[in-house]
Amino acid sequence: MKQPTSIRKRLFFQLAAVAAVLSLAFVMVVRGVASQAAEGTQDDILAASATAIADSLTSEDGKVTLELPYSALSMLGTINEDRVFYRVMVQGETLTGYADLPVTRSPRRLDTPAFSTEIYRGDEVRVASVLRRVANTATGSEVVVSVAQTRSGLAAISRRITITATSVGLLFFLLATTLSLLAANSALRPLRRMTGAVTRRGPSDLRPVTAEAPKELVPLVDALNSFMGRLRSSLSRTEDLISEAAHRVRTPLATVRTQAEVTHRKLNKPEHKKAIRDMIRAIDESSRSAGQILDHAMVTFRADSLALDPLDLAALINETCDRLAPTAGLKDIALLRELPDRPVPFNGDGIMLQAALHNILDNAIKYSPEDSDITVRIASGSELRISIADQGRGFGGMDLKDLTTRYSRGANVGDVVGSGLGLTIADEVAHAHGGRLELSHSKEGQGACVSLILPYV
Amino acid sequence: MRVTDFALRLIAAVTLWSGAAHSFEVEDRQVYTAVAETSVLRVISTADKAVFEPIIAAFQQANPGISVDYTITGTTDLMQAIYEEGAVFDLAISSAMDLQTKLANDGFAQSYSPTNAASLPDWAIWRDQLFAFTQEPAVMVVSNTFFKQGEAPQTRDALIALLRENPDRFRGRIGTYDVRRSGFGYLMATQDSRTSETFWRLMEVMGRLDAQLYCCSGDMIAEVASGKLALAYNVLGSYAASEQAKTEGFHIVELTDFVNVMLRTVLIPANAENVKDARVMVDFLTSLRARPDLADKTGLPPLDASALQNNPALRPIRFGPGLLVFLDQLKENKFLRSWENSILQETP
Repeated sequence: MKQPTSIRKRLFFQLAAVAAVLSLAFVMVVRGVASQAAEGTQDDILAASATAIADSLTSEDGKVTLELPYSALSMLGTINEDRVFYRVMVQGETLTGYADLPVTRSPRRLDTPAFSTEIYRGDEVRVASVLRRVANTATGSEVVVSVAQTRSGLAAISRRITITATSVGLLFFLLATTLSLLAANSALRPLRRMTGAVTRRGPSDLRPVTAEAPKELVPLVDALNSFMGRLRSSLSRTEDLISEAAHRVRTPLATVRTQAEVTHRKLNKPEHKKAIRDMIRAIDESSRSAGQILDHAMVTFRADSLALDPLDLAALINETCDRLAPTAGLKDIALLRELPDRPVPFNGDGIMLQAALHNILDNAIKYSPEDSDITVRIASGSELRISIADQGRGFGGMDLKDLTTRYSRGANVGDVVGSGLGLTIADEVAHAHGGRLELSHSKEGQGACVSLILPYV
Repeated sequence: MRVTDFALRLIAAVTLWSGAAHSFEVEDRQVYTAVAETSVLRVISTADKAVFEPIIAAFQQANPGISVDYTITGTTDLMQAIYEEGAVFDLAISSAMDLQTKLANDGFAQSYSPTNAASLPDWAIWRDQLFAFTQEPAVMVVSNTFFKQGEAPQTRDALIALLRENPDRFRGRIGTYDVRRSGFGYLMATQDSRTSETFWRLMEVMGRLDAQLYCCSGDMIAEVASGKLALAYNVLGSYAASEQAKTEGFHIVELTDFVNVMLRTVLIPANAENVKDARVMVDFLTSLRARPDLADKTGLPPLDASALQNNPALRPIRFGPGLLVFLDQLKENKFLRSWENSILQETP
């Protein structure tokens, strides 16, 4: 299962990655520049020292001699405590200083010092060498003055710079990351605002979204609006189709049934009469099935966008009972209503609830024997319970749970016309309202009891 | 006490000359055996036994497990022992700052951060290898028979003027170090020459007056005290101060134009074997300031940054590669030639 990707997260991580790269680059550049500057400083001082020594070269009796200036070496000790070595060579022969000091790069020109990095006495040293010619000498005049210094002071400076640069870089990174978090949040604010505007809408509110959207979201809003427009027209077409179909199927069937009844009365031969009766039964079955299929379609459709209208359940029950009273009358069944006098307020979809009650009652009438009672009760506690109990054959020991699945019928109802959708419809209505359908045997010991249980929302 | 001391000396004398012979000259050697010996600390030092014994005693009181094998030698011999002969010592104590600096610079010392490093002035430690534990000015010692208290010249210029005006009175009666023989004398002379041109004038004048040359401060002080010398220039102040407690006949003059202050230093040689105890000793020496009783007994003035601040004439010799300059062979030859030309003049 893939987690939905988060723009906020992605935005944040991308900005943080950029900040990390910039911080790292900052640290590297500062370190590089600073250590280069420090190395340059050491080179300069070394060159100055070597030059100072070279400046005090003289000739004496045709030989090069040197009076080492105090400052030439003491200046090297002013900024750090690094070790200092020097070597003065005349024509390649060491005149004074550390004879084993390696000088791999000799200066070729008089005015340019040469620098090299060597290992001497176990330490890395930086060597600066200058070339001088001394006049009035017999042995030759090329003198190379080399001054070397270890680099631990440099390393300390570099360490200090690294620590400073790293902490500044880290601080910058943290700051940038915090800011990028804020930026990601603020960039997504219009999206959240729009989501809120759409979420707060009622179930049947399919008007175009008019909330102010940033330029980047305008195509999305347009697409959404056009989609809702299509949905709106599609829904109204479906609604039209359902009522149209109900009308188109029921009306001709009713006509056919009337005609069949008229014919039934006219016929005398018992076998003809039986054929017509069978026909009437088949018509009834079709009519009921069509009605229930349409009810079911309607319930499914309405459940997707449940309307919660304030309504009075008592009135609703009365109205349904009134509507079914003629059908019940045919079998001499009394519909007993145990309802409170005052209205029972409830927020729900009246059409669906009516369909549910209609189907339950219709079922009860169908399976009740002639001259029996059907009791409709309403009880309110923490939830509303509408119970319809009959004195019929009951559920015949069948698993009560299966009865609410689509097209399943009781095991003991072979002789009665039915589609098996009635309780399914009632169950779906109950679920759409967050409630449930409860099937039980009625208290009287005989017959079934169907309870529609609805929670107060 | 006396008896054990004598016994120790005997033992030391026996062990001393049975060991391998060194070509560096050992002036004296003494083993101070610990009460409960667990280790031996081998020290090579330029400080006289008399000066250093109280310090060793106090050190052993604090660390009863450490015996101290104390070898005394000259500054040049100490340098030769460690630099050229690779002699193994755990600690090297010397008054020759320049030679000690060369040892540290050339990689013959190992690093250590004393436990009290934070309380030491910056100039007292170099490279975490060289640790100063005394500050000893170079002073002038004058004889009471020649100068009443307060009448001696206070500056080098005044001294030069006085000598020039009274050549007969001071002829042959002025003493100073023979810088060819004494490392301390050489260090002080070179620092003098760095600081002021008056040094060469003074040497000229002293040379004309047939200056007497000495190897050691003690001899000069004795000659001044006896009245044989009128004054001795560049005497180690700490010896003079401790001699004054014992000897009459002289007083000490700190010149007011400038006074070079030498720092006696200790370092742990790179090839030291008992580094642990050497560090304990370094800690002990660098905290001498907290032991005024030892300063009194030894005459070694401990580090005192405030004294330097209060007296601007005091110029502590700075550690650093500059001290290597006068160790350069050409430079040294030149300096000694100039010095000889100034001070060794034919008496007319």
